[in-house]
Amino acid sequence: MSAADVSTQARANGTRDIASAKELEQEFLTFTLGDEEYGVDILKVQEIRGYDTVTKIPDAPDFIKGVINLRGTIVPVVDLRIKFKLGKAEYNAFTVMIILNIERRVVGMVVDSVSDVMHLASEQIRPAPEFGGAMDTRFITGLGTLDDRMLILVDIEKLLRSQDMALLPPSTDSATQH
Amino acid sequence: MEIDFSRFHQTFFEESFEGLDVMESALLKLDIGNADSEIINTIFRAAHSMKGGAATFGFLDVAGFTHLLETLLDQMRSGQRAVTQHDVDLLLRSVDVVRGLLTAARDSTAADTQSVEQLRAELEQTLLSAPSDKPAAVSAAPVVAAKASNHWHIRFAPHRNLFRGGNDPLRIIRELGTLGEMQVTLDDQALPSFEVADAEDCYLAWNIELHAECSRASVLEVFAWVEDESDLTIELVQEKAAAAVVEAKPEVTKPQLAVIQGGRENAAPADAHKASSGESGSIRVGTEKIDSLINLVGELVITQAMLAQQAAALDPVLHEKLMTGLSQLDRNTRSMQEAVMSIRMLPMDFVFSRFPRLIRDLAGKLGKQARLVMVGESTELDKSVIEKIADPLNHLVRNSLDHGIEMPDVRLAAGKDSSGTITLKAAHRGGSIMIEVSDDGRGLDRAKLIAKAKERGITVSDNAPDGEIWQLIFAPGFSTAEKVTDISGRGVGMDVVKKNIQALGGQVDITSVDGRGMTIMIRLPLTLAILDGMSVSVGEEIFIVPLNAVAESLQPRAEDVKSIAGQGRVVRVRGEILPLVPLREVFHLGSGITEPQKGILVLIESEGRKVALMVDELVGQQQVVIKSLESNYRRISGISGATILGDGRVALILDVGELVRANACDQAA
Amino acid sequence: MTRILAVDDSTSMRQMVAFTLKAAGFDVVEAEDGRVALDLAAKEKFSLVLADVNMPNMDGITLVRNLRTMPDYKFTPLLMLTTESTPEKKMEGKSAGATGWLIKPFNPDQLITTIKRVLA
Repeated sequence: MSAADVSTQARANGTRDIASAKELEQEFLTFTLGDEEYGVDILKVQEIRGYDTVTKIPDAPDFIKGVINLRGTIVPVVDLRIKFKLGKAEYNAFTVMIILNIERRVVGMVVDSVSDVMHLASEQIRPAPEFGGAMDTRFITGLGTLDDRMLILVDIEKLLRSQDMALLPPSTDSATQH
Repeated sequence: MEIDFSRFHQTFFEESFEGLDVMESALLKLDIGNADSEIINTIFRAAHSMKGGAATFGFLDVAGFTHLLETLLDQMRSGQRAVTQHDVDLLLRSVDVVRGLLTAARDSTAADTQSVEQLRAELEQTLLSAPSDKPAAVSAAPVVAAKASNHWHIRFAPHRNLFRGGNDPLRIIRELGTLGEMQVTLDDQALPSFEVADAEDCYLAWNIELHAECSRASVLEVFAWVEDESDLTIELVQEKAAAAVVEAKPEVTKPQLAVIQGGRENAAPADAHKASSGESGSIRVGTEKIDSLINLVGELVITQAMLAQQAAALDPVLHEKLMTGLSQLDRNTRSMQEAVMSIRMLPMDFVFSRFPRLIRDLAGKLGKQARLVMVGESTELDKSVIEKIADPLNHLVRNSLDHGIEMPDVRLAAGKDSSGTITLKAAHRGGSIMIEVSDDGRGLDRAKLIAKAKERGITVSDNAPDGEIWQLIFAPGFSTAEKVTDISGRGVGMDVVKKNIQALGGQVDITSVDGRGMTIMIRLPLTLAILDGMSVSVGEEIFIVPLNAVAESLQPRAEDVKSIAGQGRVVRVRGEILPLVPLREVFHLGSGITEPQKGILVLIESEGRKVALMVDELVGQQQVVIKSLESNYRRISGISGATILGDGRVALILDVGELVRANACDQAA
Repeated sequence: MTRILAVDDSTSMRQMVAFTLKAAGFDVVEAEDGRVALDLAAKEKFSLVLADVNMPNMDGITLVRNLRTMPDYKFTPLLMLTTESTPEKKMEGKSAGATGWLIKPFNPDQLITTIKRVLA
């Protein structure tokens, strides 16, 4: 599935979900980092793009690749593969970037691949285990299961807000968590 | 009709605050004893408008207070009252009170009733002492209508010119009919023969018997507009003696009346809401709309540059039409950009206009004498810059008056005019604006500054050039006054002033002559949205250097570059020794040349200090649209923003001030 | 459609007047001073002109005097918006050729009643 297809599908599903107003069902955009499959709240996803030329930022941590021009806006790009030391950080025609829009701040996130959009009912979501994969359990809201697939659900907002990423301004209230 | 007036409140507040500013600056311009009537008129008009609006929109305390002002001003305007210092002071203080009342009304908070009442009493007292005996009430309550059925005998004989005032006797009579029952008799005795009659004149008169439960006042009110254009008698006839009714003819109109009526359109309020064009000279637009327009034009400029770059690879002969079109697009985009940017431009007067009042009040408090000279108030500057420069300027002006200008006796002893002069100057200089605050006061004391710096633990060389010593006043926690006064020693220091100016991409320079005064020069970019830049490359990366900070660029000779142990390298440029700063090292870039003689040195200047920035190559000069890095990322030291190049890539813009500060510090004087 | 020219240098007053008149089904054109109003009146014939007295550039009284010299406005109702504190203005306005006046502050009903009365 191409990035553009996923993007369209994501948007279409997003609207349908709002329209049907099923409160207990959530939709996740799934992506892979190394061997692990992750899910991120579809409502936080603005679009999916191929990897662009990035302008390096002086004195930035290595996982911040730099900034891109997204239709006139300067958007920072973070490579989660480097951040979590998963997969090989290669940049080619197949490299995918998920553009997130959180509190009107836009951030690009490089991942290995984007798979599809998954609907999960609340009973399909289990709390995160104490021991985690590569990602700190602080940033995991739970594990989603569908058939034989297991999805690590990422609290992307908290992750981007974390001290070492600092891509979102630190929040003063804890209500932003799930 | 139910109309929610609150929709007009914001406009009312905006224009009222503007009106107060107008009043204030006009009051300050008033020459006591020789007041310009046009200025008084302007002040009166502002108060008058505000009163009308306040009364209409239900801000009665504002209406009541401005009424007093209006009355006082009206007396001045009509020459009944001389313009005295006392009255001007009173009016100035009233302006503040009205401002407070309006702010309270706007924010739905409580007004400072004590000062309002106090000033109200003063105003009333002043009005009492006036030679005139004008009523001071806001509304002269109309006479309450009597409730008894009365019989009125009315004779209404309009003058011949009645129609020329747009009035129609039939309309008036019809309206009279709404008060009660009436019999109307037409008197056409004065009507001349048809051939001599002027169709535009009124020759008719009416006798009317009105039986109505109304007072004389309400009858008079019907005729109010034509009272002076007609012979009118209104007599109360006893109800019993109501026999004298003549034959009641129906209302007849003569041909001449019909003609006139034909000239008037009928009111047809049936189909409402046909969009009408409320044409007027200006419109109020939210700044966010303008900003989004500016952003869009910025995008357009980038797209245009991108197209031009693509087209450069094409054969101009084969693609002649495309090339012509592109160059036209280029011109149009530039003019559009200029036009859009000009929307945001405001005259400096916007900020300057507050200073006459400030200096007047402050000088009074300090027991000093000072006058203000303003030059170039009409110089235009971006609204956002204007708003942000107001506070720093305010501080500098206060500082000049407090620390610069001496007491009158000291000035006289020094052979100067007892009254000091503070000059505010604004002028365009290339792509920047220069704002100067100067005074003819005592100037800065070099020895004192050095002593103070040492006391504060700031390292400073006794031989440092003046420019460097003067900059000490901007050091954090540095104050030159022996005692902290409540005028300028309050809270923020000069260091904050400088920081604010730098945040705007500006620079501050000081010149001072002992005993003669000092001048603070501020250089600011005209706008925060675009910048003239020089693009330079280091390895793969392109950076933009703001052109106004570039002194020159050159290729150094190997023998001009020296290494100083532990302090990096320096370069000699025409006898001047400058720190050599490789951009590659500043930003820890992985690529780029390392030998100065193979690269280019760009000499950048800030606050009178220079450093030589080493880059690989100069790429070109271009106007760039400044984009914020902080809206999605964060501030980066040494970088003031970003822009998008013709090929769509992002380039970072250097923060020259910061680079010079960080690197010139290492420089041993 | 009845077109009314509303002249006032105060934006809020002008907006209020225009809004009220439009709600009552009139077509309204706004002008912020007498000079602008005079230019507009030269271009089209309004059924009624409503003008503030105190305005910069050209005051309401001068506007009325000028309008009355124009053939199109010989008999057109010209109303002045005035405040009670300036009764002498009423007379000045009348002698300049004003039809009548409306006293500030007025409410929408008073405005509409007066306008309809004059246009009836």
